[in-house]
Amino acid sequence: MNHFFNEMTAGDSGAVREHYRAFDAWLRHQPPERIERKRAEADLTFRRVGITFAVYGDGAGTERLIPFDTIPRIIPAHEWAALQAGLAQRVQALNMFVHDIYHEQNIVRAGIIPAQQIYQNAQYRPEMQGISVASDIYAHIAGVDIVRAGAGEFYVLEDNLRVPSGVSYMLEDRKMMMRLFPELFARHRIAPVEHYPDMLLENLRSVAPAGVLDPTIVVMTPGMHNSAYFEHAFLAQQMGVELVEGKDLFVDANAVYMRTIRGPRRVDVIYRRLDDDYLDPLAFRADSTLGVPGLLSVYRAGRVTLANAIGTGVADDKSIYPYVPDMIRFYLSEEPRLNNVPTWQCRRPEDLSYTLAHLDQLVVKEVHGAGGYGMLIGPAASKQEIEDFRRRLVARPDGYIAQPTLALSACPTYVESGIAPRHIDLRPFVLSGKTIAMVPGGLTRVALREGSLVVNSSQGGGTKDTWILEE
Amino acid sequence: MLSRTADHLYWMARYTERAENTARMLDVAMQTSMLPQSAVDTEQAWRAMLGISELQDAFDATYGTLDAKNVLAFMVCDPANPSSIVSCLTAARENARAVRGVLTTEVWETQNATWIELRDRLRVSLDADPGEFFDWVKHRCHLARGVTLGTMLDDEALVFIRLGAFLERADNTARLLDVKYHGAGAGATHDVLTQREFYYWAALLRSVAGFEIYRKVYRDSITPARVAELLMLRADMPRSLLACMQQVVANLKAVRNDVSAGTERLAGKMHAELQFARIEDVLAAGMDETLGKFMENIYALGNGISRDFLVPLGA
Repeated sequence: MNHFFNEMTAGDSGAVREHYRAFDAWLRHQPPERIERKRAEADLTFRRVGITFAVYGDGAGTERLIPFDTIPRIIPAHEWAALQAGLAQRVQALNMFVHDIYHEQNIVRAGIIPAQQIYQNAQYRPEMQGISVASDIYAHIAGVDIVRAGAGEFYVLEDNLRVPSGVSYMLEDRKMMMRLFPELFARHRIAPVEHYPDMLLENLRSVAPAGVLDPTIVVMTPGMHNSAYFEHAFLAQQMGVELVEGKDLFVDANAVYMRTIRGPRRVDVIYRRLDDDYLDPLAFRADSTLGVPGLLSVYRAGRVTLANAIGTGVADDKSIYPYVPDMIRFYLSEEPRLNNVPTWQCRRPEDLSYTLAHLDQLVVKEVHGAGGYGMLIGPAASKQEIEDFRRRLVARPDGYIAQPTLALSACPTYVESGIAPRHIDLRPFVLSGKTIAMVPGGLTRVALREGSLVVNSSQGGGTKDTWILEE
Repeated sequence: MLSRTADHLYWMARYTERAENTARMLDVAMQTSMLPQSAVDTEQAWRAMLGISELQDAFDATYGTLDAKNVLAFMVCDPANPSSIVSCLTAARENARAVRGVLTTEVWETQNATWIELRDRLRVSLDADPGEFFDWVKHRCHLARGVTLGTMLDDEALVFIRLGAFLERADNTARLLDVKYHGAGAGATHDVLTQREFYYWAALLRSVAGFEIYRKVYRDSITPARVAELLMLRADMPRSLLACMQQVVANLKAVRNDVSAGTERLAGKMHAELQFARIEDVLAAGMDETLGKFMENIYALGNGISRDFLVPLGA
């Protein structure tokens, strides 16, 4: 990874980029002990406040901190404006795609996406066929992963349309930076993000079932042991709505109710943070105790809104990802504003043979994988790992895609040896309702291990505050 | 409010209160054990302490000798003992975590910080200075109570926190009195106490922070009858049965629903019986009788509250 883009400095000269100059000047005057003290303070506060994520299979009740880095990722206004327009375009097309898939399937008929890519997709839900959802919105909350490659151009890495996490860290990281270094906020014009919960609430209200004027909204969590439980509780609290589990809800007379101390209360909009599979044991996994029996029937009758909609996963699958630029052209008659990463679909024989011939140069991902598991990073893998992966790939080629290893951009980050560049990505959160909206910024994740490209928190990644500078 | 939310709030408060009560009882027992007494007396005192929480059998099943070291291990650190301080503070924190969005940040952080600090305290200060450890537990529970009153909106959430705390406290005071009255034996009703008896009743008062209050209220020597009166019938004594029941009645009224009339009636009856009782009559009828009945009623009341509010309707 020699030729990565450095967010703070440019080229061989190491000159500080325009939008980092004020920060750089400030940083030069900070005694290292002060930064060290502030980092310790941040850790202590995160721990006391319980801003943690639960770890599965790591002993009961284990909670871990996500490391927080005190050097912000800074993005100038014009870059954000371009990203924002591209994100809105992309999410709009994705919503239209999901609607189309569950209705006329025009994009299949037009020969743009092969039918088996839809029907063989594990995330395709036949139960949704022909069902209308409020405002035709499916992905009410999207978390789109964006990286910057070699020369500084942006690429979309993944469209997370099911239950994307991380927005609470975006907000807590900002709060922490303001608390640790208030003087930085006086020196910069940093676009605020704290109104995200208001925007989310407004968005959820706008997609209530037809005729419901003052909807009752809830956040639905799988429970305390879910890795993102902190975020679920945080969002419910910030919006001032109930945080419910499946057992708090029940279906009666074609409506969803929650069990309160004064008896049943009707629920209109559910911001659900559990996967389709667990929502309704009568419709999906019968062994799940996390969901609500009968929920799907109420949903299909249009008497409750689920955000995100059931079946949106059909669009954020890695096998559908390569088609997103075509979707944008097909539905919006526009050219895509954001790049896709070139992708080889191993189910195609010619793509497979290319992939097999270049395994040591490619990133190979499981189509349904998530969290940085089940992938091969060719350049970083041992011969043995590559041979193991080759066997898996040959055995089940349609389960994989391959992409070139992007030289992800890096941002200066505090590590044990001092300040050093570490690779980062960005997850902005896009809200779709009557309109498409987002707060300026997103969650910047950082791979703390030297040379590592894996930023997931479950793989030891950290986070940074993300600043969009106003002009 | 969700029934499940109310349930977590109620148990968060009960466990916090129970942690404090366990710390109080252990603290006093430790101090008492330092008085000159026979080995039999010491063992009996520890047994009585276990009796308060009905934990004799659980203790005997795992531990051998009935001594300070083992009782502390059992009542402070043992996660298998639901009344141990570790169990109580952990359960309080887990319940708080389940409803952290309903609590103010300050309340949640207090519960969480107590739980985080507990491990260090156990490692460092319990062996060296148990008294300091118990003071710390009491202090953290006071803090939890104070930050709750100081920051929470006075709504249904606070009502269920209060219900949990006062029910637990009433239960604890009743158990404490019950066991101590047994322990004191028949001789306890005479007016002039032996020195041993004096320390015995003084310790009981201290375990409910009642020693100074006793002096203030009675301005007289300590007698078992007055101790019983203070802990049962005085509305102005914060840990008395009457004071607790007053709160239970008022808080139940604030969340009354379609099915809670029976529970309210029971609480009202318990309150009225204490309100209009005279200590002479209680003693004449027998402490055993009165306290036994009261503890039965508290148990029924807890079940009633669960049934009417906490266990979801239609579940």
